[in-house]
Amino acid sequence: MYGVLFMLPNEVPNMPSMNGSLDRRSRTLYRKLVDSHTVARLDEQNVLLFCDLHLMNEYTSPQAFAGLHDAGREVLMPAQNVSTVSHVIPTAPTSPTGHRIIQNPAAALQASNLRRNCVRHAIPLFDTHDALQGIEHVIAPEHGMIRPGMVVLCGDSHTTTYGALGALGFGIGTSEVEHVLATQTLVYRTAEDMRIRVDGRLPLGTTSKDLILMIISRISAQGARGHVVEFCGSAITALSVEARFTLCNMAVEAGARGALIAPDPTAIDYVLARAPDIAGDVRERALAHWAGLASDDDAVFHVEHHFDASEVAPYVTWGTSPDQAMPITGRVPAPDGTQRQSTEQALRYTGLAAGTPLEGLKVDHVFIGSCTNARIEDLRAVAQVVQGRHVAPHLRAMVVPGSGAVKAQAEAEGIARILVDAGFEWRLPGCSMCLAMNDDILAPGQRCASTTNRNFEGRQGRGAITHLMSPAMAAAAAITGHITDVRQWNVASSESAA
Amino acid sequence: MTELKHRVEGIAAPLAIANLDTDQIMPKQFLHGIDKAGLDRGLLWDHRFTGDGQVKPDFVLNQPAYADTRILLGGPNFGCGSSREHAVWGLQQFGIQAVIASAFGEIFYSNAMNNRLLAVLLAEEEVQALLDESLQSAMPLRLAVDVERMTVTSPAHAFAFTMSARHRTMFLQGLDMIGASLSHRAEIEAFAARHWEAQPWLKDVAGRTKARLDAQASTRLAG
Repeated sequence: MYGVLFMLPNEVPNMPSMNGSLDRRSRTLYRKLVDSHTVARLDEQNVLLFCDLHLMNEYTSPQAFAGLHDAGREVLMPAQNVSTVSHVIPTAPTSPTGHRIIQNPAAALQASNLRRNCVRHAIPLFDTHDALQGIEHVIAPEHGMIRPGMVVLCGDSHTTTYGALGALGFGIGTSEVEHVLATQTLVYRTAEDMRIRVDGRLPLGTTSKDLILMIISRISAQGARGHVVEFCGSAITALSVEARFTLCNMAVEAGARGALIAPDPTAIDYVLARAPDIAGDVRERALAHWAGLASDDDAVFHVEHHFDASEVAPYVTWGTSPDQAMPITGRVPAPDGTQRQSTEQALRYTGLAAGTPLEGLKVDHVFIGSCTNARIEDLRAVAQVVQGRHVAPHLRAMVVPGSGAVKAQAEAEGIARILVDAGFEWRLPGCSMCLAMNDDILAPGQRCASTTNRNFEGRQGRGAITHLMSPAMAAAAAITGHITDVRQWNVASSESAA
Repeated sequence: MTELKHRVEGIAAPLAIANLDTDQIMPKQFLHGIDKAGLDRGLLWDHRFTGDGQVKPDFVLNQPAYADTRILLGGPNFGCGSSREHAVWGLQQFGIQAVIASAFGEIFYSNAMNNRLLAVLLAEEEVQALLDESLQSAMPLRLAVDVERMTVTSPAHAFAFTMSARHRTMFLQGLDMIGASLSHRAEIEAFAARHWEAQPWLKDVAGRTKARLDAQASTRLAG
């Protein structure tokens, strides 16, 4: 059971006051970020929100550019925007010429269309052949583009990732992408405040992936709907920035409209190490500004949850929604109560009988990648598990690094060698089998241990079954050929071992 | 875009699947366009068709009586998951004008409103009452959603719903949102100037970062 949950009565104001005297009111970090980006108040619920950084990909932006062109409009502030080819790009090793060739003509057109649009509007682009190309949510922070206090938007739901650095990020639709291109703002309906406090220490062999799966399983796939979640507590403070990305990334799977962690020295060191332009006097001013990016002591949250990190075990999903997750020691539940229908549907799809232990479930495929878990620490954790071992003969195991920079670093550290020697395919960066929009797709009935974020029906291929888990757990499954409790392997977690 | 719209009425198909995500509403293989065309074909593909492309006759939208469906009665958290607006475009191209559910995925809800696909929030027990009525009736249930009066009526029930004034106006009148926001252009530019004066480290971050990375790459190549 999780700790306290209390809702405050309706009379608690959830909107900043309209008269501008905001400073006297205790505010959450979320309110401060909204207030500091409010260009105009449009009505009681909506503000015109300024966007510091807008990320685009090849599949949710084309119709936005087309709409812009049809209306004869321009991009208002091109240098606040950046694009990457991420979703449709193949991850197979390059052709002999060193070029990545998109075989699907429609997907190739999406990539060339993005290039044309970015050239036309002078928007920076990490193109197909760029050595630093990768998943938007991996490349933006790794090159110092995400800074505390920013508002970051992207036509991709996992934009909540940036809360890890104290930036308010969230996904938008294509109509809104067009709106941001034309105005550098968004008509934004403010959310409610939720705080999730996690105290204690993550046990050895568990990671922030296990923590967020546990949280989602307890509050449900719509448990944070309508809210921006601020994570806090000693277990959160102890996480590396990359582990925080994983946590905030998947907050959207609980329905959250954003996730935040107040920037601390860990976050600030991460940013400063990647943003050489923040130097000298500017650095001092930035540090002073970032010191104020925290919720006031008496700020009011509409909903609060408390969790104990020591309860976290390696979590694995058994169903077709990210909240259908349980510890590795668990057994697939029987349909019951209000969940009867959805559990029945999930069991039908996954082919699992109630009572089946998760541990020992045979998998056909292992996928390590995605904006959730394809950063260098994730790959180190995988290498630690598989070093000196070999992938089970019956399965296919793929590692898709999140970006060109992650790939290069893993190769320099010898991780790629370890993975290849263990029988993994070492592939090129992209979203790949997380959503299977490129040619990395599972066949019907295949069961996959996956480090991604969604176990939806058909997500990784029609009729394919996804079990979400941490990189170390997926690595262990690759070796044994079935879902395995990595804690038995006596390897330290790269994230929790401080 | 500017025609007045205040009422959606017609056949309502029960689709009471909890957490019906946008991956299911519009699967990946239909996301390769650079325009919005042809998405009606992909709508709920795995629900409508078997693996080898045969029509699944039992699925509600494949039943002849539901050929003219205008409204979906959805489960909770309808449209959760991916931000893909293709889900909304596909629903509309298929002929769906309104979706009724007890909760929507947040991005889906905004996407729906931005396209004037009416997303109607009713209480869970009200949605259930309509689902029950639908299952008990021999003929497909017909519903009327009136956005001026903010009511959903069936032969047996009348429920009130709420939506924000802004969304209501957007639905009723259509609205060039970008045009409206561009009327604030001077304010936006003045805001940006103040914002960057106070926080110069936020200005042109994307442009400056890409230029820096490109310069490093060409130095490496030259070296």
